[in-house]
Amino acid sequence: MSGHSTYVPKSAVAKWFESRLPLVGLVHSSFVAYPTPRNLNYFWTFGAILSFMLVAQIVTGIVLVMHYTPHATLAFSSIEHIMRDVNYGWLLRYLHANGASMFFIAVYIHIFRGLYYGSYKAPREILWILGVIIFLLMMATAFMGYVLPWGQMSFWGATVITNLFSALPIVGEPIVTWLWGGYSVDNPTLNRFFSLHYLLPFMIVGVVALHIWALHVVGQNNPAGLDVKNLKKDTVPFTPYATIKDFFAVICFFVFFAWFVFYIPNYLGHADNYIEANPAVTPAHIVPEWYFLPFYAILRAIPDKLAGVIAMFAAIAVLAFLPWLDTSRVRSATYRPLYKQLFWVFVLCCIGLGYLGAKPPEGGYVIASRVLTAYYFLHFIVILPILGLIEKPRAMPGSIAEDVLRKHGGAPVGLASGASAEPNSKG
Amino acid sequence: MKKTTLLIAGFLAAAVVAAVPASAAEQVKPPRESWSFAGPFGTFDRAQLQRGFKVYREVCASCHGLSRVAFRNLSEPGGPEFTEGQVKALAAEYQIQDGPNDSGDMFERPGRPADHFPSPFPNENAARAANGGAYPPDFSLLAKARTYERGFPLFIVDAIPFFEYAEHGVDYIHALLTGYREAPAGTNLQPGQYWNEYMPGHAIAMPPPLSDGQVEYPKDEAGNPVVPETIDQYSRDVSAFMMWAAEPHLEARKAMGFKVIIFLIVFAALLYFTKKKIWARAHAEEAHG
Repeated sequence: MSGHSTYVPKSAVAKWFESRLPLVGLVHSSFVAYPTPRNLNYFWTFGAILSFMLVAQIVTGIVLVMHYTPHATLAFSSIEHIMRDVNYGWLLRYLHANGASMFFIAVYIHIFRGLYYGSYKAPREILWILGVIIFLLMMATAFMGYVLPWGQMSFWGATVITNLFSALPIVGEPIVTWLWGGYSVDNPTLNRFFSLHYLLPFMIVGVVALHIWALHVVGQNNPAGLDVKNLKKDTVPFTPYATIKDFFAVICFFVFFAWFVFYIPNYLGHADNYIEANPAVTPAHIVPEWYFLPFYAILRAIPDKLAGVIAMFAAIAVLAFLPWLDTSRVRSATYRPLYKQLFWVFVLCCIGLGYLGAKPPEGGYVIASRVLTAYYFLHFIVILPILGLIEKPRAMPGSIAEDVLRKHGGAPVGLASGASAEPNSKG
Repeated sequence: MKKTTLLIAGFLAAAVVAAVPASAAEQVKPPRESWSFAGPFGTFDRAQLQRGFKVYREVCASCHGLSRVAFRNLSEPGGPEFTEGQVKALAAEYQIQDGPNDSGDMFERPGRPADHFPSPFPNENAARAANGGAYPPDFSLLAKARTYERGFPLFIVDAIPFFEYAEHGVDYIHALLTGYREAPAGTNLQPGQYWNEYMPGHAIAMPPPLSDGQVEYPKDEAGNPVVPETIDQYSRDVSAFMMWAAEPHLEARKAMGFKVIIFLIVFAALLYFTKKKIWARAHAEEAHG
């Protein structure tokens, strides 16, 4: 669907270069001529928002590293040095710390968008699985990044999470010792987490490149969930149409981001992390960052430690099997009356798990976590396979162009011209 | 089907709601105070920070350090803004350990503006030994390192523009300093413990640190203090000072935030109209193509 590049080099230098390395042609076919469905809504701008956030995290992170010291006795003080003495250090750090949360807000919207519109279905299975891998890498990166300030929650969060591996039979304890580089979370742990926290984002960049590559082979899904039938009628070129829309959405997202950075920079953090790590004092409640809470709730819902760890990882792994668990051939929830409702129940279930993940594991909270955990898996393993068999889809429009017309109430589609024919010209 | 969905949703919601009353031992919520530095346009009250520093120096500093703050910070913009001369004179009142000198000995010298506040105890063990086993925490970050739970749904409201709330720490500290009460009958306090309404668990090792009239405040022409010399006012002032110590660039942050957000909103508006113009072509084609 991405097709061959329509780029024609004009100057002699460009021709010389293009015949040796068709780089400009690649960029042109991926980000200029690339046909995007006409009916995309603003939920489709989160790919661009995530790309911007990834770059923002890498740039602020690289500058922070210039002032940070990865040592158990100095890390906390070096963060305070950044906050107090480095020029605009407070800005860099708050951008980076809140940027991680913004990254997760955007990725969760992106994932739920995919769930709602069936973006994981054929032929986008590989695209979807690459997304699940990116999500896992993001979680690993965020977890290790949160350890670096070496505050109380950093230290105890690292202790609790790395200790999960001790649940594995026989190899558990040796693995934990190996992860720590000693017999407790200490300087070697901080050093390796720092090293990996620097490495993983570049691995994310690599998988994102594959994710975009796969996207450009199979094309974007769209709110109607229909395949592109007629390039001219159903699509518009990426530039200028998607470019300007994405750019607008990115800036709107930055307004939201800026609100957190400048006015409530510690809202998403923990007060305990402004206390330096102290192995002798355990905080009253050890709570992970908000974006891990639903999975943390699942972990604690299971009475057995090993089973809990397995359930937590399974909660993410199950996403990778989604293309085969969902038996419905209709992609978009717009035309799936039952799935549409159950999708929102599932969203509520995830939010509920997030709430419970922040609560102490006692009394009613545990029971509620168990109910919601059961439903989480029920949704994927029982509801989705059965739903596809019993659900009667609504009537769908014949094409993407028809879907657009329904919304805009225009005249029937005739021969398209203009926009799709001349991607770069001014109107 | 709609009924079934509602039933499932209701069941899941009920499971969560039923869980809520399970939380028993809740911390007493500190009252919400009004602070000059709250809100998008918040700035510190210089006079308040200077008074707060006086309270810190004359009362708290005998046990609590301020090790991440340098004397020079006191004259920097956005803080108490003492004059450089005042800071120089203040720093010189402290003895700072330096060295080793040419003969390899450590020595003491008068402080300079670039020095940090020396801590009252050489190490944690010494601090504990002098305080009946309790460790008086360093003040530098305390206003950000303390908080209290707001609970659902207030914690969501705290993030919403015009309702935002980021002063949990100072409110808690102010409440704690004014929260000493007679222990209710039947309370089992260890020797060296005091009853405080806002301390989680109510037992605190710090004796009530403040009393009315303890610190002399600046006077007006008539010879009356500009603000009351009361526990409440001392607590308020020292809490504000601690907020500044924990977040010395708060004013710069909020001022920059306003400019950044205005810029982004204007930029977004321009992009919106550009987007509309560009897409008009595609829409025209849909309608008339």
